[in-house]
This record gives sequence, C-alpha cells and structure tokens, in this order.
Amino acid sequence: MSKIHVQATVNGDSVEFLADPRETLLDCLRDHLDLTGAKEGCGTGDCGACSVMLNGRLVSSCLVLGVEAEGAEISTIEGMADGNELHPLQRKFIEHAALQCGFCTPGFLVAAKALLEKNPDPSESEIRFWLAGNLCRCTGYDKIVRAVQDAAAEMRGAA
Amino acid sequence: MAKDEISGKEFKWIGTTPDRPDGLDKVTGRARYGADFNLPNMLYAAVVRSPHAHARIVKIDASKALALKGVKAVVTRADLPTGLTGEDLYLQENTLAGEKALYDGHAVAAVAATSQLLAHDAAQLIEVEYEVLPHVTDVDKAMAKDAPVILPGCADHSVPEGSAPNVARMIEFGRGDLAAGYAEADLVREGHYTTEATHQGYIEPHAAVGQMGSDGKGEMWVCTQGQWYIRKMCSAVLGTDPAQLRVTPSEIGGGFGGKTTIFMEPLPLALSKKAGGRPVKLVMSRAEVLRATGPTASASMDVKMGMKRDGTITGAEVNFRMQGGPFPGASPVGEALSCAFACYDIANLNHVGWEVLANRPKCAAYRAPGSPMAAYAVESLVDELCRELDLDPIEVRLKNGVKEGVRASYGPKFKKIGLAETLEAAKAHPNYAAPLGPNQGRGVASGFWFNHGGETSVSLAVSEDGTAQVSVGTPDIGGSRASIALMAAETLGIAYENVRVNIVETGALGVNEPTHGSRATFASGKAMWEAAQGAIKEMCKRAAQKWDIDPEAVTWKDGAAWPAGDNAGKFEPLSIKEIAGEMGKTGGPISGHHESTPSGAGPSFGTHVVDVEVDPETGRVTVLRYLVTQDAGRAIHPQYVEGQYQGGAAQGIGWALNEGYIYGEDGRLQNTVFLDYRVPVASDLPMIDTVIVEVPNPGHPFGVRGVGETGITPPLPAIANAIHAATGARLRALPMNPPAVLAAIKAKG
Repeated sequence: MSKIHVQATVNGDSVEFLADPRETLLDCLRDHLDLTGAKEGCGTGDCGACSVMLNGRLVSSCLVLGVEAEGAEISTIEGMADGNELHPLQRKFIEHAALQCGFCTPGFLVAAKALLEKNPDPSESEIRFWLAGNLCRCTGYDKIVRAVQDAAAEMRGAA
Repeated sequence: MAKDEISGKEFKWIGTTPDRPDGLDKVTGRARYGADFNLPNMLYAAVVRSPHAHARIVKIDASKALALKGVKAVVTRADLPTGLTGEDLYLQENTLAGEKALYDGHAVAAVAATSQLLAHDAAQLIEVEYEVLPHVTDVDKAMAKDAPVILPGCADHSVPEGSAPNVARMIEFGRGDLAAGYAEADLVREGHYTTEATHQGYIEPHAAVGQMGSDGKGEMWVCTQGQWYIRKMCSAVLGTDPAQLRVTPSEIGGGFGGKTTIFMEPLPLALSKKAGGRPVKLVMSRAEVLRATGPTASASMDVKMGMKRDGTITGAEVNFRMQGGPFPGASPVGEALSCAFACYDIANLNHVGWEVLANRPKCAAYRAPGSPMAAYAVESLVDELCRELDLDPIEVRLKNGVKEGVRASYGPKFKKIGLAETLEAAKAHPNYAAPLGPNQGRGVASGFWFNHGGETSVSLAVSEDGTAQVSVGTPDIGGSRASIALMAAETLGIAYENVRVNIVETGALGVNEPTHGSRATFASGKAMWEAAQGAIKEMCKRAAQKWDIDPEAVTWKDGAAWPAGDNAGKFEPLSIKEIAGEMGKTGGPISGHHESTPSGAGPSFGTHVVDVEVDPETGRVTVLRYLVTQDAGRAIHPQYVEGQYQGGAAQGIGWALNEGYIYGEDGRLQNTVFLDYRVPVASDLPMIDTVIVEVPNPGHPFGVRGVGETGITPPLPAIANAIHAATGARLRALPMNPPAVLAAIKAKG
C-alpha cells in the first residue's frame, strides 16, 4: 500500500511524515516522529495511555489514523513542560507520588490538563469521571485525584 | 521523625517523602519502557496463535509468508532444541506449541519482517492445519475422570492412584485432631466458594527487542520484573548459554507478578538468529496479553470451620482445587493452602489441595499468588460464623489472631508480626464507626503474605566527589529507587540527592531474582546496607592510614570518619568527600558489594474495612469507604507504601466486583480487550484510606517488611462480607457483578 504524505504541527513544531493508511496517529507519533511519550496499552481506546490533544480535543491517538492528522495541531506529553519548567500537574504528580510504574502517567497528565482547561475547579467526582477513560493499575487513583486537585488549586491561585 | 528502635537514633532520611529520582523522566514522557526501544536495522515480529483451546497441529506451511519481499524469518517449534524436561520443557511448550496447541492464544509460529505491518500481513499468510480436540476450561470439570486429557502422565508422586488424568499434584498437611476440634465447637459451618481467573492487567503490554548471532551470543532489551529470569529462561528454551545473553531491563509499566517469567521473549532471539543476527522487536497487543500471558488460577474451594460461642475457632479445614493452565507447577494452590489460615492460631487444622490442568494459559504469579482466593473462602466463612454467633469480626480476629511465638498454620514459628496492630488500627479508625444508611453494609477481612528474600546481588560505589551510586538488579516497579536511595543516604550519612540508584543489566551484577515476593526494598535494601558497610569499612581504613592509627580505632558517623574515642587520638573528622577525593592516591576506588539470599523477610499482615451500598434494583455495588491497615515493618518512603496499599486494594476490588476471564463453550476467551475485561476506573472508586502500622522486622537493618502483596488479599472477602451486611445475601462466587448480586438478593427471597 502506498504511503501518504502528512504535514502537521506537533508541540508547536512543523513536522511531516509518510503514513501507511493503516497506521494510527499513535503509530506515527511513536514510530515516525520518535515521540514515544504516548503509550499503547490497549489499541482499542479503552486505556487512555495514548492520550494527546488533536486540534484542541482530547483523543485516544490509537483511534485516530495518522493520515487524519493532515494539517492538524497536535500536542503530546513531550510538549507539556515549558523547557525545564514543569507544568503544575507534572510537579504535583511527582510530589503526591501519583505514579508508581509511570506507564499511564503521560496519558493522565494530558487528560488532566484538558480537564483543567475546561474546568479550573473540578469536584472530586468530576475529576474521577473525566479521568475514567484513563486506566491506572498501580495507584488505585487516590493520589492521582489528589494531585489533580492540588494542581488545580495552585493554578487557580496563580491565575 | 522516625526513630531506630535498635540504636535509639533518630533517622534523617528514613520515613521522609522526597520526590522519586525517576519522577522527572516519568512525567515528561522520557522514561523508556519496553516498546520505546529501537535499534538500527531492526526487524519487527508478529505471532501466529491458535484459535482453538485444544488442537493437534497437523501442518504449518509458511511458504506464502516467506515469499513476501521483506519477510526475513519464520520460527516454529521445529526450530527450537529438543530434549528439554520439567519446567524448561513447559516454558518451551508455552513459547511455541509442539504437537498440540493447549489453549486459545497459544503461540504456534512467529515471523520477522522489515515493518510491523508487513509482519502482521505475513503472520496471516502462515497456514496452520489443526485437528480440533475436546477441551476443558472449568476447574471442576477438568478434575473429572472423563475430562479431555491435556498432558498425559502429568501426575507427580503425590497424586493418589486412580485420580483424574488432569490432576498434576496433591498436597495435604495439617495438625491436631479435627474431629475433637469440631466437637468442642458450638457452631460448625461449611461453604463452597469459587473464584474466576483474573489478569494482573498491567497497562504496558510485554515488549522486547532481541538480537542473537549464529554464535549464540545475544542481547535483549525487555520490560520485565527480572532480567536474570529472562536470561535463564530464554537460554533454557533456546538451548544457549545464559552467560552469553545480556539482558537489559527497560522501565516497566506494571507487572504484579505477571512479568516474572517469559511468554514471547525467546521469539525475537530465535527470529534474530535465523535472520542473520538482525535485531527483532516484538510487542504484544492487549488481546495477546489477555489470551496468552499468565493470569491467575481459577479456584473451586470448600471450607469448614468450628467456633465456640465466645469466638474461639476450634478447628478448620480446606479443600482447594485450582487450575494453573496446561502445565504442572503453575497453579498457586500450595501458597493458597499456606495462606488460608495464616492469620489464625488454630490447634486443629487440615489442608488439602489439588493442582489441576486445564486448557487455559499458563498461570503466572499475581500479587500474593493464591492468597486472595484462600482469603475469599476462609474470611467469608469466618464472617458467617461471626454473624451467626453475633460476634464482632475484629474482636474474633483479635481473639484468634496469630502473634509472636505462635506456630503458623503452615509450619514455622512467627517472630515479631503486626496482625493485632492492624486490627487495633482498624477498630480505632473513624471509618469503623461511620454511620451506615439503607442498603449499606460494612465488611471486614484480614490478609497475609509470607514475603520473600531471594537471591540478591548489590554493588555500591563511591564517586570521586563523595556521592554514591548503587547498582541493583531489582527493576523499579513502584518507587524502589527512592526507597533504596533513602536507605543508602541514611547508611552513608550523605544527602538523598547524592545517591543514584541504577537498575542494571545482567552483565553488571551476580544473579538477582526479580522484583517479586515484595522483596525489592527488603532484599536489595538489606544487601545495599551490607555493601555500604563494606565501603564504610574501606573509608575508615583510608582515614586510619592518613592518621596513622589502627583501622579499628576509626568509626563512621554523619558521612565522615571519626576517631573512635579519645584513645584513638585527636583528629578532625574526614568527610566522605575528602576521602573520595583522594581515593585514587590512597588505594584506589572505594566500593562495597554484597551477595546473598537474605532470610528474615518478615511476614506481612493487613486488615481492611469496606463500606458498600447495594442498589436493590440492579445489584450494582458502590464502594463508599475503604480502609487499609497494614504492617510495613518500617515505611522507608511512606507515600509509596500507601501507594502499594491503595493499589492492592483497587486490584482486589476489581477482582471482587468485576474482573474475570469469560470462556465460551468453544474454549475461546471472550473478553480480550479492556472494554470487556473491565478493571476499576477512577469513577468506580472512592479515596482509599490507609494506616501504616509499623512493627519493625527484626530481619532487616531498618525494620522493613515487604508491602506489595498483602493488600490485594482482604478486599475479596471484605466486600462479600459488606454485601451480606447490606443485603443479607451471601455471595460465594466471584466476580460479584450486578447480575450475580441481583440473583443472590432474589434467591434470598
């Protein structure tokens, strides 16, 4: 099958790659752009480890075809920190020990950031339901929810 | 501040909660997990798997696949050496089926090609002709005399003559006089309980890049709990020399026991060898993980217990049947028996266990293997007895609970243990007194895990600037870099930030067992402490040399060498930085090593209290409140100890309420994606409250007990007990999903 040329913006950088029409956006990010922060935990959109922002929308990149990214603005975990300045969510995840193995962490961070952009003051329930598309098998979610609450409070204070 | 009970000294680092050393890598996406690793000129692999639960393999024809441009190698069982026996043979059989495919998903062939898509295309072109055989997936049906025979001659010497053909092992042990025990009781009850197989559900699928030349020298990068196990097992399967295989562990995206063994890992090596030594990458899909890695056993269990009116348990027995897949040695029934009554001091006991083969994947360890099923049966029945005799479940456990000096149900005498302390902590916690509303109920259960020492080798090297590097062989699965760095900082008297803990490849240390048995912080920590003593001794020697006094007259304190007393002479202390700065001139590099199989792992006990609400219309169970109290011995990094408790509880809640393998009549696994194999999500759970009980373990320099495993054990019965309290319905089968709970409520009338 012949490959298709795709041009997009990822974390503010202009990128191009050749995608097989069968490849997912996740495959393209990982295999063609060397952005391995997004993970494949299921390939069926159930675990959220591959979460990225596509044109301002939170998506499971394993459910998007690479060729659909033509002209798109994509942001991934690799673009979350501002240089060496971590996003408050990244800092709070470390401070609260909200990760054990860390495999699901990039997906949680991307999803949590999308939540706080929509809702800067979410309740515990709102956090839990928003993050219900991200599976974590290590933490039992307690410390993740607390880290998101704490980051949200800090970001509200800073705003 | 935490205090060392032995020396009376206050700790500087132990018990604090600094950021984990690998935190930055893990929140920025930089940490490299199994599938994140690539090599130049690398090939990609795919696996052909049996769609049948039990089938004779008549013919494999790979010619169409091999005719595709870019397909570089196909391997089948015919490419692997013959003549293996015992567990090595079973590992090889499980890697690639031989004469028969033994379960749905069993690997039959593997192919390597120049792209992932091409490898998948090629796999579809490999034609396998099967002769389908009758199968059995249910544990009780597998124990029938007329069940399809999975592995002829599987029974070992323990199996009584005339037993069913799939019985591989029988275990029996006990003590006292059961009949007399029951005669003393005011109430004797028995129950039958079943649990379905569950999967560890680590989010990272298995992944490896392997390279092996025709000379049998190879390398592998792999997500694993134990790089030396990968080396040993792959070498056995491939008939190569373990010393010639160098295995580097990646970061690991969860394991819970499921990554302590091999499944597909020999395949990239075998393919590489056949493809001229080009590296080969193989990453499993989620469906492959669920179908063909190592879930836990399904169990069918009978329990009988006698209790006096005052709550004294006078006698108890279990008869457990557990299938471990198609090979002997994989079922955790032995551990289940040993855990069954480990929380109780009972004079009259009997345990009978049956290991049964079935057409299911080869079981692997899953967090306290065997213990959750045993607890589900035993702790449910204890609850039934308590309710019938109107006794408080915590008081009954305190009355019968094991303590120091008691002989365990499984043999040895307990040293210092903390079961009673966890029960007292649960009783004192506000959750135990929280008011309950309609359709709500509270359940209590305790749990146990042995904890493990295991082969351990650690190296500690002092750097030129007085910082230290610790090399350990136990992959960091949940914060062990942090706990080992804290202990190293405490031991050497330097800052936590000045320690770097590296998880090293097999070429860098002697053999290490995996991160399993809750052993990383215990065993690697203990060996680090011993290694540090070696380095400290050497640093004292260098100071003595400089001061021209006897090395015995030098002592180590606060990161410096000091004269041991006035008699030693008056010298300014020499800091680790000063000693290290001169080490090249004073005798060379300073380091310490320690190799051992440490004993004294210190058993772990925990008690859980859960409140649930049951919707009488739908049978849906909502967990309202959850409390874990568990003995950590000594919490080195309390946040990560809490994390283990919370994570164990969450997995147990999933096992109790939702998770379970579903096999169709055709013997195929029906729930092979996370949508259908549904693990708990954030909105299913409340905050999980924890109390870290600390009864220091005398077998560890800082009192550590492993904390990883016990937490998964009590949730199964605690939730069953809470559902009973809420509804009056007793659920004796897992999972207790809405249809099951609704049926139980209706059956009660």
